[in-house]
Amino acid sequence: RVEKSYISQRPDAQALWCFNITQREGKTFELHLTGKIKQQLSADPTLRPEYLSSLGLTKFTQRATEVALGKRSQAILENRVLGVHTPGFTAAMRLGAELLRHWYDVNAAWCGPVYLSSPCDDSLAGIFQAAGIQDIREYYYWDDKQRDICLDKLLEDLETAPEQSVVVLAASAHCPTGADLSQNQWAVITQLILRRRLFPFLMLPAQALCYGDLERDAWPVQLCASNGIELLCAQSFSHCFGLYGEKAVGHLLCVLKHNSLLLSVQSQADKIVKSLWSQPSVGGARVVATVLSNPAHLVEWQGEVKHIVERCMLIREVLRERLRLLGTPGCWDHLTQQRGLYCCMGLNGQQVEFLSKWRHVYLLPSGCLNVSAINGRNLSYVAESIHLALTTSL
Amino acid sequence: MSIFCKVPQAAPVAVFKLTQDFTKDQFPTKVNLGVGAYRTDEGQTWVLPVVKRAEKIIVSDDRLNHEYLPILGLPEFRSSVSRIALGDDSPAIQENRVGAVQCLGGTGALRIGAEFLRCFYNGNNNTKTPIYVSAPTWENHGAVFTSAGFQDIRPYKYWDAQTRGLDFVGFLSDLESCPERSIFVLHACAHNPTGTDPTQDQWKQIAQVMMRRKLFVFFDFAYQGFASGNLENDAWALRYFVSRGFELFCAQSFSKNFGLYNERVGNLTIVSRDTDNLKRVLSQMEMIVRTTWSNPPSQGARVVALTLTSPELFSEWKDNVKTMADRILLMRSQLKAKLQALGTPGTWDHITEQIGMFSFTGLNPKQVEYLVKEKHIYLMSSGRINMCGLTTKNIDYVAESIHEAVTVVQ
Repeated sequence: RVEKSYISQRPDAQALWCFNITQREGKTFELHLTGKIKQQLSADPTLRPEYLSSLGLTKFTQRATEVALGKRSQAILENRVLGVHTPGFTAAMRLGAELLRHWYDVNAAWCGPVYLSSPCDDSLAGIFQAAGIQDIREYYYWDDKQRDICLDKLLEDLETAPEQSVVVLAASAHCPTGADLSQNQWAVITQLILRRRLFPFLMLPAQALCYGDLERDAWPVQLCASNGIELLCAQSFSHCFGLYGEKAVGHLLCVLKHNSLLLSVQSQADKIVKSLWSQPSVGGARVVATVLSNPAHLVEWQGEVKHIVERCMLIREVLRERLRLLGTPGCWDHLTQQRGLYCCMGLNGQQVEFLSKWRHVYLLPSGCLNVSAINGRNLSYVAESIHLALTTSL
Repeated sequence: MSIFCKVPQAAPVAVFKLTQDFTKDQFPTKVNLGVGAYRTDEGQTWVLPVVKRAEKIIVSDDRLNHEYLPILGLPEFRSSVSRIALGDDSPAIQENRVGAVQCLGGTGALRIGAEFLRCFYNGNNNTKTPIYVSAPTWENHGAVFTSAGFQDIRPYKYWDAQTRGLDFVGFLSDLESCPERSIFVLHACAHNPTGTDPTQDQWKQIAQVMMRRKLFVFFDFAYQGFASGNLENDAWALRYFVSRGFELFCAQSFSKNFGLYNERVGNLTIVSRDTDNLKRVLSQMEMIVRTTWSNPPSQGARVVALTLTSPELFSEWKDNVKTMADRILLMRSQLKAKLQALGTPGTWDHITEQIGMFSFTGLNPKQVEYLVKEKHIYLMSSGRINMCGLTTKNIDYVAESIHEAVTVVQ
C-alpha cells in the first residue's frame, strides 16, 4: 500500500493509489442512496440489538448469494450453496483460507499450494499464511510489455500446477491491474480447471463497477458453477455501495456438489467464525440487503453505480487522449480497453520511482493506480508527469 | 466427488441450541434463562437511550469521513476505552505505555491477543505454552486459543460446587504448580458463568503469585459497569494488576454495557513496560489484524467514542448502565427471597453474593433437565442462569419451579 505517511505534504503531491472510490475533493465517495438508507435504518424501531448468528444476517446472505450466482442458479435451487456474511472482504478471504486449511484434506491440515496472480493485492499471501497455509505460488497474469494479461503464460503456469491446487482468480475488477479475463478466456480456464482438478477461489471485490451490471461481473462465477465446479467466492460490497469504514461488509460463498454436504460444511464454517470474530457486524449488511430486496431501490442504486462507471471510463478516455496529445511514447489503448477502478500503467520500477521522487505522484511500485483519484484539477499534472517519466533519460 | 464429502458435522454450541429449542417451544409461560444478553422487565432487548442519541448525532454529521478506519481502529475509540478501563489518572497511560487495538467484539480482542502471544510470547511461535482458563469458564475461551495455534489448554481450579463459591485454595495451588510463564485468562469482574469474583484481598494474593512465577495476565473484561453498576469498582482488579507493574493484555467488550451486540465493538488494551516495547508490539498487532479483518467496522466504535468523550453523554451512559445493573440486583434479591420464603432446601445466599449477569445456581444436570422438560424453563446444564431472563412477571413461576425441581429431583 502507499502509506499516507510516505506521501509528501507538498500541495501538488498526488496519491494515485487508494482502495476506495474517491470524489473530486479527495473525499471517499458515498452513494446518495446509501446515505438515505442509513438514515432510514437508524430511525427504524424494529431493529433490535441482538446477537446475530455466526453466519450473519440471513436476508443479506440470500441476496449476496443471488447476485453472485443469479436467482435461477441450479446450485441455489438445489440448496447446495453456503453463504456466510463476514466483516469485510479480507475476513471473507480469511474464512475461506481457514476452511481450506482445515477441510480441503480431511486427513491432515492442508498447506497448499495456493496460486496467486502476478501481481495481486499484497495482503493476499499473508492471509493464507495466517491461516497456516505456507505454500504460496504465483501464476503469470499481467504483462508489462503487452499492457494486458498474457493468457498463454497464465495457462502454462496453471497447467503445471499440481492437481488439487487452489487458484485465486479475480472474477472482475482485478486488483491492482484492472485487467480482467474475457469471457472466451474464462471458457478456456474453466476447462483447464476441470481437467487439472484445480479448486478456484474467486474474488468479486467490486461487483457492478466494471460495466454497471451485477450479472456481467459475476459471469465467471456462474460459468464455474454451471460447469459443476465446487468453488469459494469472496465478495465485497464496500465499493459498489460506498460502504467503507463504518459498515464494511463482505460475504463468502461456497458452492458444493451435493446438498447433503451443506450442513456439515456450514457447521465447520460456524465453528471457525466463532473463534475469529464470533459473528459479523450488522450495519452494512442491512443496507445492502435493504437495497437488493427492493426493486425501486435497486433501480436507483444501479443508476448511481452507472455514474461511477461512466466517470471512470471518462477519466480513462481523457487520460489516454492527453497522453496522445503530449506525444507520450507507447500504446495507451489498454486504458480504455480495460475497465473499472484500477489501472496498471505499464511503467517500470525506475519510472514509478521517478514519479514519486521528482513529481510527487504516487503509484504502487507495480505502476498501478486508482483512476478515481484523477480529476479535473490534477489531470494535466498527472499526464505531464507520466510523459516526463517516459521521456526523461534516467 | 465433492472435496468436502468427508467433512463431519461439528457439534452445535450449547447456548445457541438452547435458544433454538426455546424459540420452538410453544408453552405459553416458557422462560429463557440461557443466552447472555440483557433484557428489560418486559423481556425485550434494550437500545440504550444514550446509544440512540449518539447514533442520531453520528448519522447527521456531514463532516464524517466514510473511509476505511486505520487497521488498529478509530483513534479516539482506542484511547477512550483504554482510559475507561485503566482510569484517567493511570500512570501507565501517562507514561505512554498503554496501547490498544480496536477489535470485532471481545472475541476478536481475545483472538488477536492470542495470535500475538502464539507468535511472540515465550519464544517465537511457541505453541506449547500452557493456556489456563478457569473451571468453568466461557465456553469459547478454549476454542479461541486453540484456533490461534496453542496446543495445551488447561483448567485452573475456580468454582467449588460444595461451597457454591470460589475454590481459592485450589486456584492458588494451580498458580503455584503450573509451568512458569504460563498464560492465565482471568475474568476482570462478573465471572462467566459463575458470577463469583475473588475479593480484593484474594486478587492481591493472586497477583503476588503471578508476579513471582512470571505468569502472563490476560484479562477478559466484558462487563465493566454491568457488574456493580460502578465503572471504577468493576475495574479494580485490572487497575490493581497494572499498579503492580504487570505487562498484560485486556480484552474489552462493549456488547453488554452499550447493548451493541451486533455492532461488534471490542478492544484489546495492551500495557507494556515502556513506549518502545509498545510500539513494536503494536506494529506486529497491525500485521495480525491485516490478515484477519483488515479494517474494523467504525459504526459501534464511533458511538462508544462519542459517548465516552462527551460529558453529557457519558453521564447518561453511566445512568443507563446502572439501570441495567440495578435491575439485575433486584432480580437477584427477589429470587433469593422467594426461594427462602418457599422453604426451598439448601442455602440461596450465593444468588445475591454472586455478581453480574450470570448465576451458578448449584442445580445439578438432572434438576436442570426437569426445569427444561417439565417447566419449559431453559438454562444451561451447568445450572447457569441469566438473571436478565427474570422479570417481575415470571419470577414467581421460576422460583416455584426451582423449588419443585430441588424437592422432586435429587
